[in-house]
Amino acid sequence: MEYFIQQLINGISVGSIYALIALGYTMVYGIIKLINFAHGDVFMVGSFIGLFSARYLASAGLPPVLVLIISLIFSMTISALLGITIERFAYKPLRKSTRIAALITAIGVSFLLEYTGVLVLGPQAQGFPDILAKKQFQLFGTSIQVESNQVMILITTIILMIILQYIVRYTKTGKAMRAVSFDMEAARLMGINVDRTISATFAIGSALAAAAGVIFGMTYNSVDPLMGVMPGLKAFVAAVLGGIGSIPGALVGGLLLGTVETEISSLGYSSWRDGVAFAVLILILIFKPSGLFGKNVREKV
Amino acid sequence: MAASATAVLLDVKEASRSFGGLKALSEVSLHINKGELIGLIGPNGAGKTTLFNLLTGVYPPSTGSIILNNESVGGMKPYKINHKGAARTFQNIRLFTAMTVLENVKIAFHQHAKHSMFTSMLRLPKHFKGENEITQKALDILKIFNLDDQSEELAGNLSYGNQRRLEIARALAAGPKLLLLDEPAAGMNPNETRDLMNLIAWIRKEFDLTILLIEHDMSLVMGVCDRIYVLDRGMLIANGTPSEIRSNPKVIEAYLGQEA
Amino acid sequence: MKKINQKFWLGIIVALALYGIVQVLLTTGVLDDVQRSMLLLICVNVMLAVSLNLINGITGQFSIGHAGFMSVGAYTSAILTLDYDVPFILAILAGGILAAICGVLIGIPTLRLNGDYLAIATLGFGEIIRIILLNTEYVGGASGLSGIPAKSTWTIMFFFMLITVVLINNFIRSTHGRACLAIRENEIAAEAMGINTTLYKVIAFTLGALFAGMAGGLSAHTFYVITPGSFNFLKSFEILVMVVLGGLGSTAGSIVGAVFVTLLYTYLRDFPEWRMIIYSIVLILMMIFRPGGLLGSTKFSLKKLGKKEAKANGGISDSSAS
Repeated sequence: MEYFIQQLINGISVGSIYALIALGYTMVYGIIKLINFAHGDVFMVGSFIGLFSARYLASAGLPPVLVLIISLIFSMTISALLGITIERFAYKPLRKSTRIAALITAIGVSFLLEYTGVLVLGPQAQGFPDILAKKQFQLFGTSIQVESNQVMILITTIILMIILQYIVRYTKTGKAMRAVSFDMEAARLMGINVDRTISATFAIGSALAAAAGVIFGMTYNSVDPLMGVMPGLKAFVAAVLGGIGSIPGALVGGLLLGTVETEISSLGYSSWRDGVAFAVLILILIFKPSGLFGKNVREKV
Repeated sequence: MAASATAVLLDVKEASRSFGGLKALSEVSLHINKGELIGLIGPNGAGKTTLFNLLTGVYPPSTGSIILNNESVGGMKPYKINHKGAARTFQNIRLFTAMTVLENVKIAFHQHAKHSMFTSMLRLPKHFKGENEITQKALDILKIFNLDDQSEELAGNLSYGNQRRLEIARALAAGPKLLLLDEPAAGMNPNETRDLMNLIAWIRKEFDLTILLIEHDMSLVMGVCDRIYVLDRGMLIANGTPSEIRSNPKVIEAYLGQEA
Repeated sequence: MKKINQKFWLGIIVALALYGIVQVLLTTGVLDDVQRSMLLLICVNVMLAVSLNLINGITGQFSIGHAGFMSVGAYTSAILTLDYDVPFILAILAGGILAAICGVLIGIPTLRLNGDYLAIATLGFGEIIRIILLNTEYVGGASGLSGIPAKSTWTIMFFFMLITVVLINNFIRSTHGRACLAIRENEIAAEAMGINTTLYKVIAFTLGALFAGMAGGLSAHTFYVITPGSFNFLKSFEILVMVVLGGLGSTAGSIVGAVFVTLLYTYLRDFPEWRMIIYSIVLILMMIFRPGGLLGSTKFSLKKLGKKEAKANGGISDSSAS
């Protein structure tokens, strides 16, 4: 039982990373019906920016907590700008064209980011500094171990989720996002600036992915230009699992997938872990394409 | 209902269809005899196209039955219902726009093709015979619709009126017993509409067809139809000859109610 | 009809002449080993591109897991020649057939999906095949199979390629190919006009997988080694680039795309990251400025592919999920 709970705790921290990335997938899909394939690579870029800024700030002698917060905000800001730029130059010209054309472009952008990364940063992995000293806690006198990092991940995720909920529910931008995702044309007719709303969606999604990138780096201490591929695909699986277009769905999907993966690894099948994620994807797509929280869509004849 | 069993081509019995909690059609019963030209009218959102979708298998009826030519077709896949002898056009035109006019009509002959995939891949004589036969038949149909001189044009490049005509040509090519036309004259001017109605009357005779025609415009169907069914809010509220329908108070109310 | 036939035979004559010239250049030693393997790779890539085009370009079923089918053919035929001494040609055919069976198995469940969901599902299937190979000791796990006899000669490669192109092209230019095109153009209308859309989608997947499997087998018998890693998403992406570059829906375009990508691959071998960057930029610019591809005419343009989906944003005919 304790073993199970231990794995559950480990799963939740992996799952939080998936969930943060999945949010970007789900928000972008909800609004322009595009699987933003490059999203996993924005996560990678965010991780590298976090790495550089943490190195710089730590060498400047700032206290660790401040290093983390500034790096996180800096990485999220730059990645948000990257997300807006990608949308503006690669996806916006294709808004009137087909979803497949947009998907091909997204795959192109993804590879462009990855291999520009390889070209500039080199293909080898780089060490990510321990921004906060790692500590381990025993939980209430049991043998269950909790790492300080896991606590940090959980806190960061919860704070970001609260901010996201606030933006989506109570701000003008958030209301505009919901309106555009419901019916783009009607929203336009109602005077909503659709282009700006889409940009905002990319910015928010990319910022969340960047945050995931930073905490990923702090957890695994290793980053490389192709690191976004698998987490990106997994996060997409999480988004589909939760019901693409649904924000709570992305969160639940991410946590669920993270937990399942950790359990599978702990049972000694870690080399099958990725296969299971894809199997989950296909099963969901075939049997419940709307996911756990999504709505059914059917074409009108 | 007085019609003898053999003469009935289409018999719909208490067919209903709901989407989620919304009942789009409730217990619609109607029958069409062989050779009839029947009008289906009703205000916007009355469920006319939903009924077409049930008849052609786009989705199955929630309850009730659909019998085409003494065979139950309720819940059959659309292509099977097409093989059983019901072909349709669409209210929002659905041509294969990047294919030529000729190819559009050829698609409807696919089900009658006798040459297999393998004879085609190996280009055996049977392939050429089969393909030539399809081309010839398709050209014949296009001639009837005066579209033969545009046979190599892309369907998407045709004028609006011609696109509507091509859709009918394509449906006719499938060799149906029952032809379902969903607002075939929508968007046409009065002259085009009159020509189209004459053409429909002509193919009906020539191909021994039974036709079910959705039309928004009441006055238009009055002139050509033998009988008319009136749908309102998913329910059949009247049926009868044009003159009966014209004086039916329920029908007048349905239409006036909409305008008021 | 006659015109098409003349063009067909003209194409065959040109192809045979090309074969003869290359054969002479190879035997006289004018072409070196690098150029020889490039020519062999062109044949493999043409088979892959033309077969993927049947699924993606003609039938409009967007698959991005083609390398998976290729790997099934490669592993099957390699095991047959290595462990069972099965004659080479027979092993290639067997690899193709097993890949085709996988095509049916993958095609049937994924048929209910369309557009981007289908694309993601095929990606998932491709990855699952790779992970299964990776975890199977019998086929060498991560290190794969090596010592596969180099039996793919120019002659064998060329004729496999030629037969692939001819058979697929003949299929496309028949009532069966038109049925596939109709599915791409408007699935609902195709079904209403009596086309068994499910059947033809499975046929497209199966034929596409068959030829991709054979291409995989041939490439395994050219390059000595196969590993699961050589059939990853990157390979699927490369095949997609070939098809999109040439113009979705155009067989000639797929051939041109395959040749172009192979040239790029050969001459940028020492700069893999540049190769990928060029692929990506070409792909993005293509989609924005020339979505029909290099050889794309209006007839086979991407514009129409999935038109109904484009409309979804207009809110005219679709309801959309929030």
